[in-house]
Amino acid sequence: MKQLKEIISKLKKLESVSNIIYSLIAIIIALILGAVFIIAFGYDVKTAFYHLFNGSFGSLYSLSQTLLQTTPLIFAGLAVAIGFKSGLFNIGVEGQLYWGALASAVIGLRLGSFPLTVALPLTLLAGAIAGGIWGFIPGFLKAKTGAHEVITTIMLNEIAILGTTFMTVHYFKVEGPVDQTARLSESVTIASILPGGQISSGIIIAIIVLILTYFLFNNTSLGYDLQTVGNNPGAAEYGGINSDKMTILAMVISGAVAGLAGSVIIMGQLGRFVTNFSPGYGFTGIAVAVLARNNPVAVLLAALLFGALEAGGMSMQLFAGIPNDLIGIIQGMVILFVAAPGFIKLLSRITGRKTGELL
Amino acid sequence: MNAVELKGITKKFGDVIANDNIDFSVKKGEIHCLLGENGAGKSTLMKILFGLYSQNQGQIKINGQEINSLTPSEAIKYGLGMIHQHFMLVDRLSVTENVIAGREIVRKGLIDLKTAEKRIKELSKKYNLKVDPRARIENISVGEQQRVEILKALYREAEILILDEPTAVLTPQETEELFQIMEDLKSDGKTIIFITHKLKETMKISDRVTVLRDGKEVDTVKTSGTSAEELARLMVGRDVVLRVDKDEKEPGKDLLEIRDLSLNSSYGCGLKDIDLTVKKGEILGIAGVEGNGQHELEETLMGLLKPDAGEIYFKGQKVTTFTTDQRRQQGIAHIPSDRLKRGLVSQFNLDWNFILGSEWKEPFAKKGILKKKNIKDYGEKLIKEFDIRTPGLQIKAGQLSGGNQQKAIIARELSSTPDLILAAQPTRGVDVGAIEYIHNLLLEMRAKGKAILLISAELDELRSLSDRILVIYEGQFIAEKKDDFDEQELGLLMAGKKDGERNETA
Repeated sequence: MKQLKEIISKLKKLESVSNIIYSLIAIIIALILGAVFIIAFGYDVKTAFYHLFNGSFGSLYSLSQTLLQTTPLIFAGLAVAIGFKSGLFNIGVEGQLYWGALASAVIGLRLGSFPLTVALPLTLLAGAIAGGIWGFIPGFLKAKTGAHEVITTIMLNEIAILGTTFMTVHYFKVEGPVDQTARLSESVTIASILPGGQISSGIIIAIIVLILTYFLFNNTSLGYDLQTVGNNPGAAEYGGINSDKMTILAMVISGAVAGLAGSVIIMGQLGRFVTNFSPGYGFTGIAVAVLARNNPVAVLLAALLFGALEAGGMSMQLFAGIPNDLIGIIQGMVILFVAAPGFIKLLSRITGRKTGELL
Repeated sequence: MNAVELKGITKKFGDVIANDNIDFSVKKGEIHCLLGENGAGKSTLMKILFGLYSQNQGQIKINGQEINSLTPSEAIKYGLGMIHQHFMLVDRLSVTENVIAGREIVRKGLIDLKTAEKRIKELSKKYNLKVDPRARIENISVGEQQRVEILKALYREAEILILDEPTAVLTPQETEELFQIMEDLKSDGKTIIFITHKLKETMKISDRVTVLRDGKEVDTVKTSGTSAEELARLMVGRDVVLRVDKDEKEPGKDLLEIRDLSLNSSYGCGLKDIDLTVKKGEILGIAGVEGNGQHELEETLMGLLKPDAGEIYFKGQKVTTFTTDQRRQQGIAHIPSDRLKRGLVSQFNLDWNFILGSEWKEPFAKKGILKKKNIKDYGEKLIKEFDIRTPGLQIKAGQLSGGNQQKAIIARELSSTPDLILAAQPTRGVDVGAIEYIHNLLLEMRAKGKAILLISAELDELRSLSDRILVIYEGQFIAEKKDDFDEQELGLLMAGKKDGERNETA
């Protein structure tokens, strides 16, 4: 019995270790194939990777750029992971993020004269509520009518992006080169951690939300219910859990976290709502959640990886003239290999060891 | 001569050894039982023989010919045929189309169904495999579907047939018919390997028996020279009491009452005017062949399906419109018939599975925050109390064996201090040792004055546990039996034949 215990605990460790190893292998293969593409397009690999690394971790400025990209990805990744853990595929993070951003901008502008301790939390809360409402809609539709959240959230994304643009142009627009709202005042701005630097304290808010998410799923009855619905809806029903309520709640929480992503961007980085500001954080969030296998702690690392690739890619383009699109290819391949673990198992089989069929 | 000879077969899945150096040989023209508990490695061994898995070590000989590596299509060429436990049939296609799939006779680019049909009719006649070649699979009974599977193998000229737990889905009568078919096949010179964990059937049909336990071959014996008790001992590794003793007991007050319950079901047979009463300290058995409304009854009673008419009273209170949660709070425990779909969250660790349905209640949670220490302590207590074999609490429920999963569900449900226990197929897919244990637990609950509604497809189980038995057929109770549970008669009733004489076709 004791021996068996030891074996199992070893196996368990192995399982999580092998997950990490698989993810690392996926990243490495993606980088190697990325290098092949870089060569194929006639660029110098060494220069490319030098700038990729230098632009993401090479200096304090680079690091700040990486963290700037990482912050919204943590929120977006968490939002998607919350959905996945509850059995829902929230593709609507992008839309929820837009409404969160606009709501924070509008409320932030109204609260500009209040002291920071009041104005800042309320402005954040506005973003969370707006995102939560936008998440409520597909959750409600799924629970009450069975409309699949993948379809509804994709369509709601369009409505959100165009809807926020419409609202901005018609009600909140100020003069400027693009359609945007007025600048937010200091009291609703998320400050930098380092004076003069660009490391927004948004990352701290992101980590707090990450810890809360971890707590929700590991230490609360609500998290238990959400995961039961996500893992086995039949058992949830059997255990007396109200699946409809959980579906709606999961989408509201996921949407609220997504909304915060928008809030933090406009309250820190941009300082105002700008139409079409997101380069697709909501969608990259899906990639982050998949790479992290919905583990909140791993979301941090996955977001950091994608953030670094974004920041490094920009520097690669800027200093070496290598198109940033190649970074998109590398990101895509990371996901492809992570999502297809069988592929890596196949590789390990080709390289020698014959593994048994899994039962 | 040996039709099949396996020598030193070893098969590992990761670090788990499913087959450990197994020798297994089957003589030509015999019915050979491969007996063992769930997880003993029977199916794995047969899947190796049929080329679905490749062994890590060992040798395969078919009709004396040594074979190194095998694929299922090669296995078929060597004259093997496998009838899987879960049928591999296409519902929307006809019997003929299913039988010939992959072996179509093509003439001028078209499938020659006529010739195929003729051939199938010949085979049906020869081995008494009654089935209409033109019927669609979705319209024929489970027993007939099984015959189609056998026809499929015979159509491919199989000489060695492997039947994987073929009786699990059959009524006693259908089992009889299957055994007759097996005898016919045998007298025609076919070799049959019969995988099972049922002792009675082994004793009845086989010529020889090979017993597996924990992936190892324990023994191969002649059936005529052994007994059910000895086989049970070989299977489990200790003495097993095959019969449980039940005390005489006067049941108490009515606890559960169901009146005129009806349910229209779009996929199953639904329920029609169900009436029943369960008293305290009583086990009421519901006998029936699967798919005759038991599942609907189970789910309606728990509030998982909404009835169209009728009322349910529990402790004198009308609970028809109660939610599942409310019913549980009132003291109804539920051992579900589908443990993977309903009973467990296989991704959750064992301790979390123990609190399903109580995750908001003290001592497991306070104000919505889980009390991990209490959950852990409770889990450890249940593991000890219910003898759940697991390396620990932090094991995913999906990693446990079927028997231990079932024990875990039963532990959770019986520990919630229920007044009524709805036990649906409580020993399905559970090995002999655990069956004994579960039966004793249910009797213990009866002795404590709990009411038990036992839904089962196992006649032996119903007969040894129940105080009364209701027979359900096509969503209706067609008979009630007290004390005198004649196996033959119950079997006929389950097949819808009232009083064993009139042939009622609905």
